[in-house]
Amino acid sequence: MAVGTMPAKTRSVQRTKWLKLQVYRYVVFALAGIFFLVPLGAMFEFSTRGNAGQRTLEYWRSIPDYPDLTTAIIASLQLALITSLAMLVLLVPTMVWVRLKLPRLTRIVEFICLLPLTIPAIVLVVGLFPMYLWLGTNVSDSILTLAFAYVVLVLPYCYRTLHAGLGAIDVKTLSEAARSLGASWFDVMWRVIVPNISNAILNATLLSVALVLGEYTIANNLLYNNLQVELVHLGRDNAGVSIAVAAAALLFAFVLLIAITFVGSRRRRLHPESEGITGLGVGPVQGSAG
Amino acid sequence: MKFGSPIRGLGLAVVALVVVAACGSSGGGATGACSSDKAKTANSASACGGLDALIAAAKAEGKLNVIALPRDWANYGALLDGFKAKYGIDITSDNPDGSSQDEVNAVKQLGSTSRAPDVLDVGMAVALANTDLFAPYKVQTWDDILTSQKEATGLWFQDYGGFMSIGYDSKTVPQINNFTDLEGSAFKGKVALNGNPKQANAALNGVMMANLAVGGTVDDISKGVDWFHKLKTIGNFSKTQATTATVKNGTTPVVFDWDYLSAAHGKDVPTWKVFVPNNAILGGYYAQAISKSAPHPAAARLWEEYLYSDEGQNLWLAGLARPVRMAAMQASGKIDQPAAAKLPAVNGTPVFLSDAQSTAAKNYVVAHWDAAIA
Amino acid sequence: MTTAGSPAVTTNVGRPFLGGRRFSLDWVGAVPFFVYVVIFLMLPSGIVAIGAFFDANNAFTLENFVHLNRSYVLKATIDTTIVSLITAVLGAIFGALLAYAIVTGNPDGVLRRMAVSASGVLAQFGGVTLAFAFIASIGPAGFVYLFAKSHGFDYYKDSLWLFEIPGLDLVYLYFQIPLMVLVFLPALDGIKPQWREATESLGGNSWHYWRHVAGPLLFPAFLGGVLLLFANSFSAYATVNALINQSQPMLAQQIAGALSSEVGAFEPGFAKAIAIEMIVIVTGVTILYTVLQRRTARWL
Repeated sequence: MAVGTMPAKTRSVQRTKWLKLQVYRYVVFALAGIFFLVPLGAMFEFSTRGNAGQRTLEYWRSIPDYPDLTTAIIASLQLALITSLAMLVLLVPTMVWVRLKLPRLTRIVEFICLLPLTIPAIVLVVGLFPMYLWLGTNVSDSILTLAFAYVVLVLPYCYRTLHAGLGAIDVKTLSEAARSLGASWFDVMWRVIVPNISNAILNATLLSVALVLGEYTIANNLLYNNLQVELVHLGRDNAGVSIAVAAAALLFAFVLLIAITFVGSRRRRLHPESEGITGLGVGPVQGSAG
Repeated sequence: MKFGSPIRGLGLAVVALVVVAACGSSGGGATGACSSDKAKTANSASACGGLDALIAAAKAEGKLNVIALPRDWANYGALLDGFKAKYGIDITSDNPDGSSQDEVNAVKQLGSTSRAPDVLDVGMAVALANTDLFAPYKVQTWDDILTSQKEATGLWFQDYGGFMSIGYDSKTVPQINNFTDLEGSAFKGKVALNGNPKQANAALNGVMMANLAVGGTVDDISKGVDWFHKLKTIGNFSKTQATTATVKNGTTPVVFDWDYLSAAHGKDVPTWKVFVPNNAILGGYYAQAISKSAPHPAAARLWEEYLYSDEGQNLWLAGLARPVRMAAMQASGKIDQPAAAKLPAVNGTPVFLSDAQSTAAKNYVVAHWDAAIA
Repeated sequence: MTTAGSPAVTTNVGRPFLGGRRFSLDWVGAVPFFVYVVIFLMLPSGIVAIGAFFDANNAFTLENFVHLNRSYVLKATIDTTIVSLITAVLGAIFGALLAYAIVTGNPDGVLRRMAVSASGVLAQFGGVTLAFAFIASIGPAGFVYLFAKSHGFDYYKDSLWLFEIPGLDLVYLYFQIPLMVLVFLPALDGIKPQWREATESLGGNSWHYWRHVAGPLLFPAFLGGVLLLFANSFSAYATVNALINQSQPMLAQQIAGALSSEVGAFEPGFAKAIAIEMIVIVTGVTILYTVLQRRTARWL
């Protein structure tokens, strides 16, 4: 139903709907902007306030001077990468498989993926101690072993995101069509399902990277110095530095996540045919207002 | 040379022997006077071949793991830097915000791995409850420590202490001359504790100090809890956690804390003052201990020697904490006089809680605090 | 992933009929996940759960569960559940509204990228710094309060509510809303514009569209978001511990107290018993969620 063939009255109705949508969007963004930016603004204001009330960048400038910070940043970045990849490799095939073949396991998987969020990290780490003791003596002492625990921690968030993504496409039809054309299960996963849930995968990755960069309790109690633990060390110097490093960490994570969103979009733009063939693209809800 | 060749030969042999002996002892090898293994069971420096042998063994280990030592706590930053500069041993500092119990938990859970803590700095309650985790060790300056401030075989020994105080920003609130000034309207929403008394040593002692200031006794902390309840009812008590940031920003301009910790706020707030009530001078010391399963036993013992040396004790003093050897150092003249002069003046007899009194206070607080503050 | 020789497109996929017996190797596909989860989640959880049955001398006891009756623990249970419910429902609603505003824009545009990245960062932002961000802005010494007060609006006149439950709800929403945005966006992405046009061509208006078409399709994802937000808030610790350090309204704080107390209130068995209580409560909420999913699938 092309717009041009609609009678004029409908066209003006469409226009009103579009206007209403835009008003809605601007109001929502304005309110959200105020709510989310004001506390952040307070942090920036405080971290640039000197002892006599003057504006100063000394706290921000002192951040790169800390030698242990670089190792901690690198370790956290490596952990973020490993955790995201491991999470995707573990969750995506499993969720698709359960959806297709083992629907009775859905509730169990759902519950298991919620469990890490029901146990506070401070007490979960008590249960993780024996494992890490064994790992430390028999496998490796490296901070990268934290990835094992982190994959478990990101399960709730990533499961929910991927579940929403998988629910929006018809996995059964897609996979049956691909199988009937002779695709192996690997092809079904990699070349049919994954491109169709690329947004959900992106969101899950963002959540897991953000979680790893922001994780403190488990690393701290297992006596590993990751980024957040190192920030606490730094913050003990004085008040201004403690807030400056926290704000710097947020900015760093933000920039990193934006970079990650570009990784996904290149894939999407390079493989437009996979969306065209199935006709079940992940387009937005455009056109009419709500 | 005028000496004949046999004497020259003998001289060379003697020199060679001395060199070999020296190499042997510093290498910590077969003839070593001190090694990592020997240090594990050494209960003093002399039991491990002397201080120099201990230093050599520690350097061979090359690392020290400490826990819960924030840099701004009693000038620990300077101590960590000083030790590293003096002996070249790398220090890994973990869990800076950890409590004494967290330290003990880490030792219990990770005691035999290479990342486990070597030494502990804990509150008395935790020290007394966990002596089975410690290795006995007497530092060289052992005799300078009062008998009441150490365990007889060296399982734990007190290191530094101070008095419970009320730190406040004199620009935001009026001068505090009496404890009950805090009930005034100028303090609305401004008074905070450093931590929760059910959990933190400093906070529990804060409540006990209030208890003593309003007429309670060390055996019964109820008056203190009631006073905080009153403070909450009139709206002066702030339930939020006091941090350096909330102090600087003005949200918690009045904080109950150990005087040496409170003094650190002076860095951020030039008008910060510290008040110790005359009728409630409550003292508290922390204690050092070496983990029995320390991964670097020689470095651990060397660290203790450093802390209890004049240099170490004076660094604590520079952080406005009272080092345990203070009396002895004042007598020997080794005390850092300008730093000692900066300590807050205390007029009266200090009170220290016994273990039984601590436990009684804890039991009462655990049962009644949440309801009092709600 | 096995089942070789399965028929191409049938409803019976993956069930080879061998020698009169029907067996399926489908379960093998789920093995990697379950093995990983058993080792790194069930085992630690089991260690924690078992620890609740032992006291300090390693003797078997049920005392820890009896202690759950302590007045401050009961109060914390109620407060934690209420805070979690409020922040879950409100966070889900606001998050969904915000997600809708984002998804109606250009999918490759700057706004979407920034909004999604910001949501990722803010969803995991918490702890002492988040508490301070609110304290520094709307707190009793914050610029928003001072500004309002100077214009006659003293919003702390009756009580310092920032350090009470209402303040906690507000601060929690700060990370609950972005979390909902990220988790709900994929569901919104799956809504096709053709459905809107179809509704209109059949004479329906916006209300019909949301009530009968998009709403029922989005509701399961929405409910899932509520559940996730509930569990997220329920176990959150660092933020509330910095904001409300003294009356410890949340169960996670009671656990931390029993594990880290250095004044002698160290009760690890009790901490684990509280953890079991938390698992039980969230399981209960999950069951409620499952029932709700089934019911609404029917009449929506």
